[in-house]
Amino acid sequence: MLAWRKPNFGRTRLIGAAVGLTLIVSACGSSGDGTLTVLTHSSFAISQTTLDSFTEQTGIEVSLLDGGDAGAMLAQAILTKDNPIADVIFGVDNTFLSRAVEEEITVPYRATGLNGLHEFTRLDDTNRFTPIDYGDVCLQYDTAGVLPADRGGLFFDPDTGPGLVVEDPSSSSPGLAFLLATIAAFPDGWQDYWASLREQGVLVVPSWTEAYYGEFSGASDGDRPVVVSYASSPVAEVVFAAEPIDEPTTAIVEESCFRQVEFAGILDGTDSRGDAAEFIDFMLTNEFQEDIPLNMFVFPARTDAALPQVFVDHAVIVEDPWTLDPEVIAANRDAWIEEWTEIVLR
Amino acid sequence: MLTVNGLSKNYRKTVALDDVSFELPTGTTMAVLGPSGSGKSTLLRVIAGLEEPDRGRVMWEHADLAGVAAHERRFGLMFQDYALFPHRDVAGNVGFGLRMAGWSTGDIGNRVREVLEIVGLAGFEGRSITELSGGEAQRVALARTVAPAPRLVMLDEPLGSLDRSLREQLVVELGQIFERLESTVLYVTHDQEEAFTIADRVAVMRDGSLVQDATPEDLWQAPADIFVSDFLGFTNRFSAVAGDGRVDLGWIAVPGDYPPGPCQVVLRPDALVIDPDGPVSAVVSGSVFRGDHYVARVDTDSGVSLMVTAPARLHSGEALRLRLDPAGVLVLPQPQ
Amino acid sequence: MTAGRVGKVALVGLPLGFLTVFYLYPVASILFTGLYEDGSFDFSPFGDVLSSSSLRGVAWFTFWQAMVSTVLTVLAAMPIAYVFARFEFRGKRVLSALLIVPFVMPTVVVASAFVALLGRSSPLGIDLNRTIWIIFAAHVFYNVAVVVRTVGGLWAHLDPRLEAAARTLGATRWQAFRTVTLPLLRPALTAATSIVFLFTFTSFGVVLILGGLTYSTLEVEIYRQTLFFLNLPLAGALAIVQLVGVSLILWIYARYQRRRRVAASLVAASQVARPPTTTRQRAAVAATVGYLGVLVVAPLAILVARSFGGGNGGFGFYRALTETSSSTASVSAAEAIGNSLWIAAVATLIALVVGMAAAAVVAYSTGRAAAGFDLLLMLPLGTSAVTIGFGMLVALDWPIDLRANVLLIPLAHALVAIPFVVRISVPVMRSVRSELRDAAAVLGASPARVWREIDVPIAARALAVSAGFAFAISLGEFGATSFIARPDTPTLPIAIFRLLGRPGTLNFGQAMAMSTILMAVTAGVVLLTDRLRVRDVGEF
Repeated sequence: MLAWRKPNFGRTRLIGAAVGLTLIVSACGSSGDGTLTVLTHSSFAISQTTLDSFTEQTGIEVSLLDGGDAGAMLAQAILTKDNPIADVIFGVDNTFLSRAVEEEITVPYRATGLNGLHEFTRLDDTNRFTPIDYGDVCLQYDTAGVLPADRGGLFFDPDTGPGLVVEDPSSSSPGLAFLLATIAAFPDGWQDYWASLREQGVLVVPSWTEAYYGEFSGASDGDRPVVVSYASSPVAEVVFAAEPIDEPTTAIVEESCFRQVEFAGILDGTDSRGDAAEFIDFMLTNEFQEDIPLNMFVFPARTDAALPQVFVDHAVIVEDPWTLDPEVIAANRDAWIEEWTEIVLR
Repeated sequence: MLTVNGLSKNYRKTVALDDVSFELPTGTTMAVLGPSGSGKSTLLRVIAGLEEPDRGRVMWEHADLAGVAAHERRFGLMFQDYALFPHRDVAGNVGFGLRMAGWSTGDIGNRVREVLEIVGLAGFEGRSITELSGGEAQRVALARTVAPAPRLVMLDEPLGSLDRSLREQLVVELGQIFERLESTVLYVTHDQEEAFTIADRVAVMRDGSLVQDATPEDLWQAPADIFVSDFLGFTNRFSAVAGDGRVDLGWIAVPGDYPPGPCQVVLRPDALVIDPDGPVSAVVSGSVFRGDHYVARVDTDSGVSLMVTAPARLHSGEALRLRLDPAGVLVLPQPQ
Repeated sequence: MTAGRVGKVALVGLPLGFLTVFYLYPVASILFTGLYEDGSFDFSPFGDVLSSSSLRGVAWFTFWQAMVSTVLTVLAAMPIAYVFARFEFRGKRVLSALLIVPFVMPTVVVASAFVALLGRSSPLGIDLNRTIWIIFAAHVFYNVAVVVRTVGGLWAHLDPRLEAAARTLGATRWQAFRTVTLPLLRPALTAATSIVFLFTFTSFGVVLILGGLTYSTLEVEIYRQTLFFLNLPLAGALAIVQLVGVSLILWIYARYQRRRRVAASLVAASQVARPPTTTRQRAAVAATVGYLGVLVVAPLAILVARSFGGGNGGFGFYRALTETSSSTASVSAAEAIGNSLWIAAVATLIALVVGMAAAAVVAYSTGRAAAGFDLLLMLPLGTSAVTIGFGMLVALDWPIDLRANVLLIPLAHALVAIPFVVRISVPVMRSVRSELRDAAAVLGASPARVWREIDVPIAARALAVSAGFAFAISLGEFGATSFIARPDTPTLPIAIFRLLGRPGTLNFGQAMAMSTILMAVTAGVVLLTDRLRVRDVGEF
């Protein structure tokens, strides 16, 4: 017990406040029934009308839970696997897939419509995770700053270094994807490639936002004409142009792309497994799939989903992107990042 | 009537109050006199209910106040450094007790005006506390204390930090105010002049104990022991031996029947009279002006130093003769 | 149990209960999850931390950069605090409110403005980008308000005659400051420096973004190990190293400061601040305003400038923020402002109630237990946001599942704001002399009434300052809320993050417009609390 120097205090007020606080907290404690909670990363977006349509069809309300970036979201799901905070998880990508499968945070579910998806998206044969969309992480350049003749050689030419800004693979998902692209492209020589990029003065920043809006000359006051970004960035530049533009001022280097596939799954321990399954199925309908591109700027996993016109006009669907087996990624990820850190940052 | 019965209080190893008892009839003023650390402030705090005594009782009109909290006692206490509320203006301070008692705003305003007038601060209502001079702050603190018409007014060294002239003026005013308000007052001070001016009775404290409780006149006439006499400022004190119908100081003897044995003799200022026919011859070694009289330091032929009251200035080296007026001689027991 | 005793227990119980439920239990849970496996504790991660020279380097860097940043912040802030306290001039209140704006701005946003100012195309002609100096500059920029507002708040009430007295006794200006003013300011200075130290010790965004990855703090490592490597054991070991370090430093600091309590008699601010009269004083005021212009206003002005454009007479981005698109990700300005304000209001309320109770306990108690309690109150500020956020996620599912509850957001903000409230309030509460309480009691005020009539009004000075900070902390989404799953209640910073997560000039422009709105809301709220302070408490 504390030694008191002066005992004169009002008590009723504080007790009142404590009781009040407890009441507020308990009153808001539980969520209503018939609501499906979907844990997503911060980049998740879909039309409200699409979600409303799902509710109309099934009577199930959808509530979204923002789990931060993809890494934070997965960490949250793993930490709460004994008593999940949501019913469905969306946004686990192929770089995290094996880890997520190993942790058994989700239950196997074979979604209706699985057969209509691109073959390359079907990376989880345990069906714990259902592919929903895919996209590519590529080198992107400022068309005003780099000569067209250089484009093809950008990726293979370590002299890109002085003009290149990349994200740290230990804190950024596109950063990791680009590291994996270099590993897939130079299985034995990626270390040398990075060493020479470093010598040339490659710039590493912690996240996509700092790279794109802080350093990339195509989108900021920065002086780096080449950045690691998403293949759909040029499309987004057209869609989200302050002053309407006909052509994007940036373009991607197709030879440098690494494919990311995003998955959804039913969290183990949910009380609403049936509703969750319905939502996974819904995510594979064309209604949802065709709404993906303009919301998340990635491509639908379904082969027959129609693309919006602006994607048809400006998007590049990379023919032959770099890929790595999720299990290989899971097995080597930490070691690769450590090695990369030693080479590029230390 | 305030009754204090056997109050004792210790702080760790120090004794703050040791078996203090007295009675204070309604409408009277008692001064508690003592050096700092003698337990005066603690006594007030215990009576006010701010501290609990270890033993003993505080009673008002014979009702025990144990268990009655400070805010329920309706006693007023004016603090040594006034403890004015810095976040309230003068009116906010003076009206505080009235507000606590549930007075209406209008009544509070009237009473505050009335009390401020009594203490000579009419029109000060809106002043900020931080802008007051020392004397003004003292009056505001007094006004705040008396505004709710407390059953008992206690003042803890109320004039302590003020300059001498202000003190002399205020102590007279205080007496008038208390008389006008017919207050029962307990007045703590270390200044005997202040105590004698204001009080009907003076209680002297030492080390937590009440040494003497008497009227100012009785105290002057017959201090209970050398502590009290020292505290009253009687500087001419000598060790002596009593017996055979006299007390022998060595350089002079005083007649009187006292219990035989060693004792202390105090010569009050009125005990030493300058008289050309006196038996003691002495030489002046210094002199101090005290307004209506002088105090001179003289050395007797037998080598004893005395302080003597004189009507006129005495010059160093001047020779004079003294006699003793037995009425001013106090024979006090030898301390244990 | 007597009534007074119930009051004491409630006063200790409220903050202790709050911290136990929302801090100790979550942090213990996540550390347990990380370090306890198969029936026993695994302490090998500590070995990994101690044996790795790079992690040892990270720990050392974390410590010394925080020390240097704190010293620099105090040095930068003191002249501003002085001028604000001693002089009355036009625009002072607005400038003082603006000072707190950087504190709230998302690092991502500020970093770009900072690089524009101190980077390669710096108008000042200095390129500090990716050096330790830009980290220091950013830490000063962020934290200068903490020192100016806490120290300046006290300084504004210090009787200038004290310093004048020292001057007449032959002290030079500097000696008078050092021997009279500084010791009197010490309680506030102690509070401010410990907060700034903890903030910079756990600095995350600034080090990560401006430091260019050459520099790393424990906070950054915990973030990487948890979120990217899912290496909870190592993250747990790092979190414990961080906690022990913070506790040790706080303990040493508290011991050093314990015997240095001073009580000063305070005067009304209006008696202290005067319009500058001499040329020298005018120059001091002008220099401070100019200095603030460069330090604080310029980076913010760059962001504001970027928010104009996009057609519609320059207001295109703002116009776009009023339109809600069909996407679940889009946030209208009104929605974001609404969410930010109510969450901040709830967080402030919780922080004030819990913090004032805790401050009362710390201010009026002595002894080891009280010192320990004081230390405990500060710890949330020195604990990794990742640790707390994930701890809450692991722990708070019983008896009420708060993990995905929207109330967890203001609760988590309050956790960061409480140390502010305590540090700012304790010195003020201690300055309330016990005689004032006794005087009120003797005048008939019951203990509850004494608290309300004496302690609260006098501590209200601290209450207003801490309310401003608590609000700002919540508006800026400080602490663990980046790492807990949020129900769909986007606040201004969340909306900014979302907009900055996508390519497109419109998104960037809207993010800048949203940032400008965040600045305006922050400055507005702070101006309001400043004004309330003067009106309700009087000029004291």
